[in-house]
Amino acid sequence: MSDDQWPLYEIFIRARSGLDHKHVGSVHATDARMAIEHARDLYTRRQEGVSIWAVRSSDIIASDPADSDALFEPAKDKVYRHPTFYDIPDEVKTL
Amino acid sequence: MTAPGNIGATPQGSASAQARLQYVLRLADTSLILGQQLTGWIGHAPALEEDLGLANVSLDLVGQARLLLAYAAQLEGRGRSEDELAFLRAPADYRCVQLVTQPNGDFADTLVRQFLFDAWQRELFERLTASRDVRIVEIAAKALKEIEYHVRYSAGWLVRLGDGTEESHARAQRALDQLWPFTTELCTADELDQLMLKQGVGPDLVDVARAWSTRVDAVLGEATLRRPADRPYRWFGKRGEHGEHLGYVLADMQFLPRAYPGAAW
Repeated sequence: MSDDQWPLYEIFIRARSGLDHKHVGSVHATDARMAIEHARDLYTRRQEGVSIWAVRSSDIIASDPADSDALFEPAKDKVYRHPTFYDIPDEVKTL
Repeated sequence: MTAPGNIGATPQGSASAQARLQYVLRLADTSLILGQQLTGWIGHAPALEEDLGLANVSLDLVGQARLLLAYAAQLEGRGRSEDELAFLRAPADYRCVQLVTQPNGDFADTLVRQFLFDAWQRELFERLTASRDVRIVEIAAKALKEIEYHVRYSAGWLVRLGDGTEESHARAQRALDQLWPFTTELCTADELDQLMLKQGVGPDLVDVARAWSTRVDAVLGEATLRRPADRPYRWFGKRGEHGEHLGYVLADMQFLPRAYPGAAW
């Protein structure tokens, strides 16, 4: 991306009260207010949400893909961390 | 204005219904023409996000126009549809204010026009929610939520442009100077506006003007833009007296339905 573009913001939308904000995409904007307005125009025009978060993309700290082995591999052989050894009662629908 | 009355009490074709029809056409055509003008930015806005932003505003305005034209068609009582009113009238039969017929120009021209309009439409429609015409109340109440967003959007841009770079400030000020004379019409009542006020259908434009002016001053102040001096201007689009631009807008807008009558997809 060239430097003459507006800064990039990551957009998170809450679909309904009680749900958490989910990442939906990004917008370019000159400032925080415009980021919210652009997000509203791009991502909520079909009633997708009731709340918007915008975060400067440059403020997001991401894990390095090169570190994937060190970060995520060790969890692979630890199946006992999954709660799969319990019997779930039939009455419990959503777990 | 007092409690809503019912338009049903006004027989179609009566003098009273004709006056109401003309008034509703003013509201409808003003939204319709500005909605049409904004479509000119689709594919051309300075950013993809603005493309969608302006298209959304355009869609809101066309939506208002549809509701109002459907009501106008009903008041007219000649069996014409909202589409026929939108696409098959001659320029002199349109009742939009002059401001919305002014060309898109550059981005500053469009956004200054939009802000001056949005700030006015907000005050006008807020008061129309207290009209004695129940249909106007319903349409105004629905539109008002959209308009609140439009003002927020265009006011935000006016501040960014005015208080932005030297170039953006100069362009915003130039647009403001050019468009300002057309605001006189927004806030000046003619006989029809006075009749509507008397009947409790429309608001007092003096009151609208006061509220509009307060908001405009606040935003212009934040945008570091200078409010131009008022000048007398008596060429009223709302009376069907249009400048040179409306014909071009209508030529674009009416070409397809005139070339292919009844076209649908």
